[in-house]
Formats: sequence, structure tokens, C-alpha cells
Amino acid sequence: MDNYTIDNFHSFTEWFDHLLNGCMPGWLATTIECLLVGVGLLLVYALLALFYILYERKICAYFQCRLGPNRVGPWGLLQSMADAVKMLIKELIELKHIDKFLFALAPYLVIIASMIGFAVLPWGNGLQIIDFNIGIFFLIACSSIGVLGILLAGWSSNNKFTLIGALRSGAQMVSYELSVGLSILTMVAFAGTMDVVKIVEAQADHWFIFSAHIPAIIAFVIYMIAGTAETNRGPFDLPEAESELTAGYHTEYSGIHFGFFYLAEYLNLFIVSGVATLMFFGGWMPFRVAGWDGFNEIMGYIPSVVWFLMKSFALSFVIIWFKWTYPRLRIDQLLSLEWKYLLPINLVNLVLMVIIIWQGWYFGNF
Amino acid sequence: MISLGIFGIDNAVMAITALLTGAGLVALAMWLAGLISPRSFNPQKGEAYECGIPTRGVSMTRFHVGYYLFAILFLMFDVETVFLFPWAVCLRSLGGAGVACVAVFFAILVLGLVYAWRKGALEWK
Repeated sequence: MDNYTIDNFHSFTEWFDHLLNGCMPGWLATTIECLLVGVGLLLVYALLALFYILYERKICAYFQCRLGPNRVGPWGLLQSMADAVKMLIKELIELKHIDKFLFALAPYLVIIASMIGFAVLPWGNGLQIIDFNIGIFFLIACSSIGVLGILLAGWSSNNKFTLIGALRSGAQMVSYELSVGLSILTMVAFAGTMDVVKIVEAQADHWFIFSAHIPAIIAFVIYMIAGTAETNRGPFDLPEAESELTAGYHTEYSGIHFGFFYLAEYLNLFIVSGVATLMFFGGWMPFRVAGWDGFNEIMGYIPSVVWFLMKSFALSFVIIWFKWTYPRLRIDQLLSLEWKYLLPINLVNLVLMVIIIWQGWYFGNF
Repeated sequence: MISLGIFGIDNAVMAITALLTGAGLVALAMWLAGLISPRSFNPQKGEAYECGIPTRGVSMTRFHVGYYLFAILFLMFDVETVFLFPWAVCLRSLGGAGVACVAVFFAILVLGLVYAWRKGALEWK
């Protein structure tokens, strides 16, 4: 593995693996490593969710000329921590007419779907928890389990609001999943691989958005729109349109039970921007220009994890920006946007990408 | 070649670890909330929430058939994407023949979309 940045987790994990295997039997070492990965995932998951809640609230406040949270901790930094504690100490209401098993199962599905997607993302140079050779495909497949959780949540609550919210969410998420899949397919055709690590390394000299120019930019715009809809965020937040459906599919959930849906929503926002970073902006790869060795070396001093997080946060900012700028769509507008505009444009874009690959009208060598 | 995940552990094991971590997070938080959250009893609290008004009729009401229609359309195109992924990976090595074969497949699917559009399946009535 080439040293693109100063941090190289690949050599670190190898060293750690040798260290553990040297002093204990192999199965024990593997178990300890799995536990470490699990704890690490849990911590990063929780911390990112807390960060994102504050991030969104602060951005929203500045868009509306307010200060946002500023009482708990300096600059409101501990606000989301206080919210998490508050959610934990709220009562879990026991409902009478629900399907108890499915009601309890729904948050598990939603959280598991986002956790697996989270583990597939390339975090840094060699910091790659799941590294399937069909990585990006696995990510799409796993994150689409989340819609089942939402459908179950709405259906098992035995409430009209939740039922309508869940159906809207189902129709919306499955429709926009097509656009997410097709725009990623366009980029996979260009990259020629679904392996997340290889996709990042293919972008060492030119990020895909530069090297595949026009089709990549079209795919990026479609991906951002569809990704916003995938996460049920405004202007596509019909499933929880509070003016018509109180809270949509999670109306009947209380306390921390509701908190899981809230958590998963913010983590899905991160995953969507992480995938956009991976497919279009080079993942953890620093900004490099082929031939400018001095410049590339300076850029390499910024750790790869920082590059990945900064790019993802910048793209998340764009998605949050959508939410506080556009009014909510109607369901017919939402579905016609997907089926009559995004899907045909995506299909044409795929053909365009094939022509560009065929003719070799791109930068970089593949 | 089978690529390995972090620490050189099999990817399937890592995927299961991530799955169990997710399940563990929910179970842990539910257990913690069960320990420290208050309990109060009131027969009204167990009812379905409809802004304070008692529920009328059944909650599993009939809903718009359009949701089913879009689900079926989705199925068609999602399976298409699944078939196109392997082709996309080896697009360069397949060359012209691969493009020609997929073009036929693609044309049939576009025809399907055009048919659905003309039939009015994409309208929300």
C-alpha cells in the first residue's frame, strides 16, 4: 500500500495483530480484535450522532438568524449530550393495541442497517473495517434494510398516522433507492471495481468528479437529491410531516425508543455524505495534483481520517442547507420527480458514461 | 482473491460484528432506559395517539393503491440495477460485445418504463 498520507493504519493494525497473536492463541486474539472493533464502532457511532445533532441545530439557527443551543456547555457543545440523557430518563410508554414483537424489532433493523453501512465506509488510509470486493454494493444492500424497519415501525404501532407515514416513507425510500443505485452504478462503470479501497486508490491523482467530468457531475447532483430523500430529510420529509401526521412513522415511540430513529436518521445523513465523498471526492484521499510532488507531500501531512471527515461534513452541510431552504414537496411531486425526471436522466447519463469510457474522453489512466 | 477486513479477519466475521454491535447498542440502551426511566400508570396512556381524540374505527385502514404500484415498478428497476452491476465492473474488458448485449437488455427495460408511463402508472391519482 502506497503512503498517500502520513497516517497509515494498515501497518498499525498489522503490528497490533502480530502483537496479539504472539502472546495468545489465535481464536482469543480474533475475539479481542472483534470486541475492539465493536467498541470502537459504538463509540464513533454515538459521538458522530451527538456531533451531527449539534451541527444541524447550529446551522439551522444561523440560517434563521438565531444563536441556537448555547446554554449547556461552552457554545452549546454539550447540548446533544444533555438531550441523550434526557431521552434515556423519559418513560417508555406501554401501548395496548400494538404488535409487541414487531414494535420492538423495528429500531433494531433501523440501527443495524446504518451500523453495517457505517462499517463499510473507508475511514482512512488502511482504516477499513469491512473490505468486501463488492463493498459499495454491500453498502447499498444493507442500508436498504432500514426501510423495512420504518415500515414495521409504522405498521405495528396500530395508528393511522404511523401507517400513512410508513407507507409514504416506503414509497419514497424504494423509489429514490433506484436513483442512488443507478448513480453509483454509473461511477462503478467508470471505476471498474466495487471494492471501496480500490475506488479510493483509483482517485489518487484525480477525484472522479474531475476525471469523469460531465457524467460524474450529473451523477453527483442526482445522488445528492436522491440521498436527501433516502434519509427522509427535508424537503423530502413527508413521512414525518408534522403538520399532517404529527410525527409520522415514529409517533407511538417514546423516550429512547424514539431516540433510535433519531440517531439512525443522523447517521444515515453521515453515510449518504460519506458515500458521496467516496464515489466522487476521493474518499480519504488528499487533494493531489499529478506531477506536483511538493504540493502532494504537503497535502499528505493532513491525516486521511481528517480528509474523510472534512469532506463528509462539507457534503452534509449541503444536505442540511437543502432542508432549511426548500419547502416540503407533495407526494405526487415527489414521485414524479423521481420517476419522470431523475430516473430517465440517470439512464441517459449511464449511456453517456459508457460513450465516454469507450472513446477514452476522460482524465487519468484506467 | 478474497480481500480481508481490518486486522486481517474475514469480512463476514466483521460484518457480523457490526450487526451485533448495532443490536447491542439498542439492547443496551433499552436496558438502561428500563432501569432509570420512571413508570406511571394510566389506562388512557396505552391508547393510540390521535391528538387527544378517541380513535374511531380500525387503525389498519385501507390506503392508496398507488403505494403498491410504485413498489412493483421499483422491483422491476431494482432487479435491473442488480444485473447491471456485474456488467459495469468488467465494462472495459468486455468491450463492444458486452455493450451491445446490455444495450438490448437496457432497451427492453426502457420500453417497460415507457409503457408504464403511457399507461399512467406514474401519475398519482
